[in-house]
Amino acid sequence: MSLVTLRVNGTEHTVDVDPSTRLLYVLRNDLGLRGPRFGCGLGQCGACTVIIDGVATRSCTTLTSRVQGEITTLEGLSPDGDLDPVQLAWIEEQVPQCGFCQNGQIMTAKALLDRNPDPTDEEIRTGMQRALCRCMTYYRVQAAIKRAAATMRQGAPDAEETAR
Amino acid sequence: MTDFTEVPRSIEDVLNARETLTSRREFLQRSGALVVSFGAAGVPGGDLLAAAVQAGGPTPDRIAGPYPDPDYLQLDTWVAIHADNTATFFVGKTDLGQGTGTAFRQMMSDELDIAFEATRVVMGSTDVTPDQGGSGGSDAIQTDGWPMRRVAAEARRILLEMASERFGVPVEGLHAEDAVVSVRSDPSRTATYAELIGDRRFNVTLTGRNVNSVSGVAEVKPVQDLRMVGRSPQRHDIPAKVDGSLEWAVDVRLPGMVHARNVRPPVAGATLRGYDEASVRDLPGFVRVVARGNYLAVVCEREEQAIEAARRLEADWEAPSRAPFPTSDDLYAYMRGATPTSSSDPALVGDPDAALRRAARVIEADYEVPFQGHTALGPAHALADPSDGQMTIYSNDMKSYGMRNGIAEFLDMPRDQVRVVWMEGPQAFGRTAADDAGFEAAFLAKELGRPVRVQWSREEESAWDTKGPAFAIRLRGGLDEGGELIAFDYDARAADYNHVGYNEVETVLISQLMGTRLDTPNQGRAATPSEMYAIPNRRMSTHVVRLPLIWETPLRTGNLRDPNGPQVTFASESFIDELAAAAGADPVAFRLKLLEGSTEDDGGFKRARSIATVRAAAEAYGWDPRPSPKPLDTGRTLTGRGIAYAYRSQTVVAEIAEVEVDRETGRVWVRRLVCAHDCGLVINPEALRRAVECGMLHSLSRALHEEVQFDDEKVLSVDWVTHPSLRHRDTPERIDVVIVNGDPNPERPDLPHYGAGETVCKPLIAAVANAIFDATGVRVRRVPFRPERVLAALQEAGL
Repeated sequence: MSLVTLRVNGTEHTVDVDPSTRLLYVLRNDLGLRGPRFGCGLGQCGACTVIIDGVATRSCTTLTSRVQGEITTLEGLSPDGDLDPVQLAWIEEQVPQCGFCQNGQIMTAKALLDRNPDPTDEEIRTGMQRALCRCMTYYRVQAAIKRAAATMRQGAPDAEETAR
Repeated sequence: MTDFTEVPRSIEDVLNARETLTSRREFLQRSGALVVSFGAAGVPGGDLLAAAVQAGGPTPDRIAGPYPDPDYLQLDTWVAIHADNTATFFVGKTDLGQGTGTAFRQMMSDELDIAFEATRVVMGSTDVTPDQGGSGGSDAIQTDGWPMRRVAAEARRILLEMASERFGVPVEGLHAEDAVVSVRSDPSRTATYAELIGDRRFNVTLTGRNVNSVSGVAEVKPVQDLRMVGRSPQRHDIPAKVDGSLEWAVDVRLPGMVHARNVRPPVAGATLRGYDEASVRDLPGFVRVVARGNYLAVVCEREEQAIEAARRLEADWEAPSRAPFPTSDDLYAYMRGATPTSSSDPALVGDPDAALRRAARVIEADYEVPFQGHTALGPAHALADPSDGQMTIYSNDMKSYGMRNGIAEFLDMPRDQVRVVWMEGPQAFGRTAADDAGFEAAFLAKELGRPVRVQWSREEESAWDTKGPAFAIRLRGGLDEGGELIAFDYDARAADYNHVGYNEVETVLISQLMGTRLDTPNQGRAATPSEMYAIPNRRMSTHVVRLPLIWETPLRTGNLRDPNGPQVTFASESFIDELAAAAGADPVAFRLKLLEGSTEDDGGFKRARSIATVRAAAEAYGWDPRPSPKPLDTGRTLTGRGIAYAYRSQTVVAEIAEVEVDRETGRVWVRRLVCAHDCGLVINPEALRRAVECGMLHSLSRALHEEVQFDDEKVLSVDWVTHPSLRHRDTPERIDVVIVNGDPNPERPDLPHYGAGETVCKPLIAAVANAIFDATGVRVRRVPFRPERVLAALQEAGL
């Protein structure tokens, strides 16, 4: 065990863990966060996704000791209770079924939109390709990304562009 | 407002045109019928319920037990009115993500005359909600919605009686709205529900032989008086799922808890000869190895320690002397050659053999569907707490009541010392009807005397979860000279022997690994098609076959979303398409002709509604009548469309898929889907649309990607690389859901509320296969339609 310092959602935390511990378990079990979830432990499904310095990252395969940058989890998207446009779009579109994967969908979409505020349908499909959903909410996820993009560009949803 | 003695317009048209013999009046009476009877008041209930109400739900306060069953014959078990003039509903169902909890609030707030926003619902925890069985069979709205409506109506009736006494005004002179009772003749005289009973008990006894027939004296409202039903309030569970605040079953943490991981047999049917504790004893956080029979687990203080210890634990397994199953490549040959463990008496209409002999054309085809798993995104998990000599399991089990009973028996504990606290989890769809992790956590917690959290690995879940059974189906059909279908012979084999049930002890892997066996295993089932086609000569036969290993097997069959429906309907509705093509008929017209070939109908007008639904799908799609296949496109992309239809209970759906087939890679992309959906009265249309969309895409994943693959000793498809699933790039660019029966106002129907969810899984695979045929002229008869298989079929056909 050794002391590792992490910056998570704007706050610095020091935890005493085996440095090879995957980041997911530290976030969940030491910091009590619920956004990132275990889905595969293999970096294949995206349920554990966090954003590290703007990059959507699979926390289940990330060594805690290697993390240098600022970590944002699902909880960190709305630090003052004001939901991110991506989260608002998710509610407006009523995206989730069970919702277990949606952390991965939302965090992947957030990183995608921060990088590319006006993605084409093809760019959304490609950018989201590695985020799995077994309730198959993909159709509404894609609609919500378009809605969020419109909101972020214009400050308000464009009904024509987001209608489906 | 429409006249609510009318059936929906689309159905009415069909009925009028066809002069159906069924009496509409009789139907309406039947659908609205309620048995009401009077019960005496005053049986006291437990104080636990009140405590739970005040605590705001079942999860936070961890009452010390014991946990007797809430009495479903007590009104207080179902409805609580609080001092702030809000209400809490307690129902014994679990919401798997389709929004049933929100729908229950809509139905019950309408009956109670309280604003939807002033209500909440507590679901599925065995100590605070009445046993309605949890979830299953898409019956939440269809079956369980009725007692919920009746008890809410009864609570309203009691409140009106209280107000009547208070004001000295007969009930007829009172008006209830938004949880306020007012005097009609003097609206300034009002009493809120809170003033009448807030935070006090009703102490009213209900009647009913079982939980489904629970009723008070009050009758439910006629449909035209419902306000929230038919609207689409947003699902109440979604915000917390989007902002990260929801406490899921995976999130529960208790003081002193430890983490366990299972160590599975490396090959199916292996015997544990021993293990070397020294291989893990010095690992950090090591607590204990637990072994019983062939069940093996390791427990550590921290989660990552348990994962590492399970990986490093050295165990001595002895492989079985006989291969537990054929390889997945050899599966269908094995199934066809096996002697059935059981065969049904064939359902017979007319003389199919004679009709086949005289048919101008006889078509034969074999269809094959593999074992398919649930492969939930989140592997099985649970936390069990043995504090105070009780056992509490925090779980996402869809059938929490069954699990409570099963665990009590498994651990030899009194039922009332065991409770299951239901919390949200990954999609269940039948998986948690054998809630392995809940039993494991409870067993380990009892062994260790500490709270134990169990979570399966990805590979463990994909390999060892319960499976939908593989099917091999042979079909023969006879057409006469005019292209009329005169004979239909269906013969299905399912590898479904020892199908597991609903959290009985023998269903779960841990108990099987410890040696539990039934003297008479469940016989399993191979279902028959569910359509309303009028075919004069028909035989439907079903058989179940067994694989060599039936216990401790990763090919443990259980209920997978619409059990057997997708397999059976893939075969039957593909074959109907083959017959239509052989007859040179348009696939929609061919089906409509079969549906219209009889005037006999059932009490729910299923024939008429089938006709209306098939028509609605074709209209929404813009179907141009012509036979399949269409003339071959010249480019790389071949396009086509296909339809399939089915019903489940009283819910009728027709689905159309439009596909693009890449002739160079064999990749199939379903570009567009249409679903015409009739489930009677719709509670929440927007939630229904999403459940329909996602259900169709789940079946699309099964159509295009999913197959449990195995050699002759273990499952090989164990993660998202070896077991592919539908992804974003596979998503259709357009999905149309047509709610056939009034969407939602003003054409509000008076059909009862039927089930939704699973029905849409039935026809989708066939619709895709039929579209592939339309595009390519090539018939795919084995699921899944992965690119390499489609490409091989195209090449074989010379495309």
